[in-house]
Amino acid sequence: MIIAEWKPIPELVRKLSGHRRILLAGCACCVAECAAGGEREVETLAPLLRLALSVEGHPLEIVTRTVERQCEWEFVEELAEIIPKVEAVLSLACGIGVQAVAERFPEITVFPGVNTTSLALREEPGLWTARCQACGDCVLGETFGLCPVARCAKSLQNGPCGGTRKNGKCELDENVDCVWNLIVERAAKRGQLESLLRIREPKNWSNSFHGGPQRMLREDLRP
Amino acid sequence: MKLRAGSRLERVLAAGHFAVTVEVGPPQGPDAEVIRRKAELLRGLADAYNVTDNQTAVVRMSSIAGARLLLEAGLEPVMQMTCRDRNRIALQSDLLGASALGIKNCLCLSGDHQKASASGKLKGHPGAKNVYDVDSIQLLAILKGLRDQAVQSSGDPIEQPSPFFIGAAWTPLATPEAFRTLRLAKKIEAGADFIQTQAVFDVPRFAAAVAKARAMGLCDRVAILAGIIVPRSARMLRYLNERVPGVEVPEDLIRRMEAAPQPATEGKRIAKETIKAVRVIPGIRGVHLQAIENEAVLPEIIHSADLLPRPEVKM
Repeated sequence: MIIAEWKPIPELVRKLSGHRRILLAGCACCVAECAAGGEREVETLAPLLRLALSVEGHPLEIVTRTVERQCEWEFVEELAEIIPKVEAVLSLACGIGVQAVAERFPEITVFPGVNTTSLALREEPGLWTARCQACGDCVLGETFGLCPVARCAKSLQNGPCGGTRKNGKCELDENVDCVWNLIVERAAKRGQLESLLRIREPKNWSNSFHGGPQRMLREDLRP
Repeated sequence: MKLRAGSRLERVLAAGHFAVTVEVGPPQGPDAEVIRRKAELLRGLADAYNVTDNQTAVVRMSSIAGARLLLEAGLEPVMQMTCRDRNRIALQSDLLGASALGIKNCLCLSGDHQKASASGKLKGHPGAKNVYDVDSIQLLAILKGLRDQAVQSSGDPIEQPSPFFIGAAWTPLATPEAFRTLRLAKKIEAGADFIQTQAVFDVPRFAAAVAKARAMGLCDRVAILAGIIVPRSARMLRYLNERVPGVEVPEDLIRRMEAAPQPATEGKRIAKETIKAVRVIPGIRGVHLQAIENEAVLPEIIHSADLLPRPEVKM
């Protein structure tokens, strides 16, 4: 799922001070799953913001609303009735949701309330780890189902750098696994270590962002 | 024998001499004199001199400029080049430029992550965007293509071949140890002519790793130079052992340093002993010395380790 995290409250306070009435908009999809922008987080953040802004001398009325998905027009439409009654929107959706709302209601400022950080897996309650970088050139079939693009700090393609700690963690973060160590372990368990001897050529990054903003057109699905 | 790049380092190794390279860290400023002073200090002590490429991701004079300054001072550089800051376009362009400037040795590295730049007193640039378009093994292949086929990574031709004696790093004792020899094999397959290893303190374990590489026939295909870091204190040894992956320092060596009345002198002694110990490991063809911003200790160590005079080779 798409992972996002709250922006620091002081940053939000700076952006919102001066407004009198805003809409705090949640999204019940990915950001709800990662506990950043669902209904619960919207209802938690609203009083915190009210308090922080009132302490700063900028009392603010916050209307809250959480839609099913801010990245789908039909759900964004549900906000149409409230938008004229507020001065700005603080969206807790990912960057896609924020843009959809801003596109549907270009007359109003939409502030992002979260930073969208990664495509991650919920490993266990309260712990998400990045698993995909949407690189556009998937190699998972050759790396035993472990992604060296998203999970190696250097996106190395041919094995670990010299920075794997004794316990198999990355030298940059004692809590993060060296993904190449995991790949090697899995390959060894399958008796296929030799398969990692093959030199992987430079990747084609052009199917994703590095090829310019992506646009996917499916004629068979066009109206 | 047909030489690949004809660098002094290549000739020394080809003639069967035990090679010596030392590391020269460029300054955090634009003063060419700093490099020239280091060149004077180290002249005649080594066959080639490694110029680091923004090591630990700290901004320094570029390795290309540093390497050229050494050349002008009459010393042969090994230009280090990392994949952190340049994509395949910039890497190849800089390699052609380095070649035009007379640089013949290049050590290909992944490079320290930019997060490493914020340590100690430095703010560094941890918020920088990295590149890592290609990795160090792909970079080796790029150099080999530029040299042997006069082609770019894409397959497009370049006008003339760009002759480099190609180097790579090896960290034989880092986790996952079982893979480290295979990774060395990949580097050789990709194009490495010489290897500079992570610092050696645990000689028996290092020798065992080299024996494994030798059994795979790798030592016949590449010249391995053992890395030697000159320790200054027990604290430094402990730090290296605990914090730098792939550096294994035996506890008795740390205790010996702790007990030494003059740790700096003891450190030089340890470096000298390590050089002598790795020299007799079958498959080791030289040493690569790092004094880490303390180059003044190198003349004495190199002299006392019986590495002088450096051989004359016909250029």
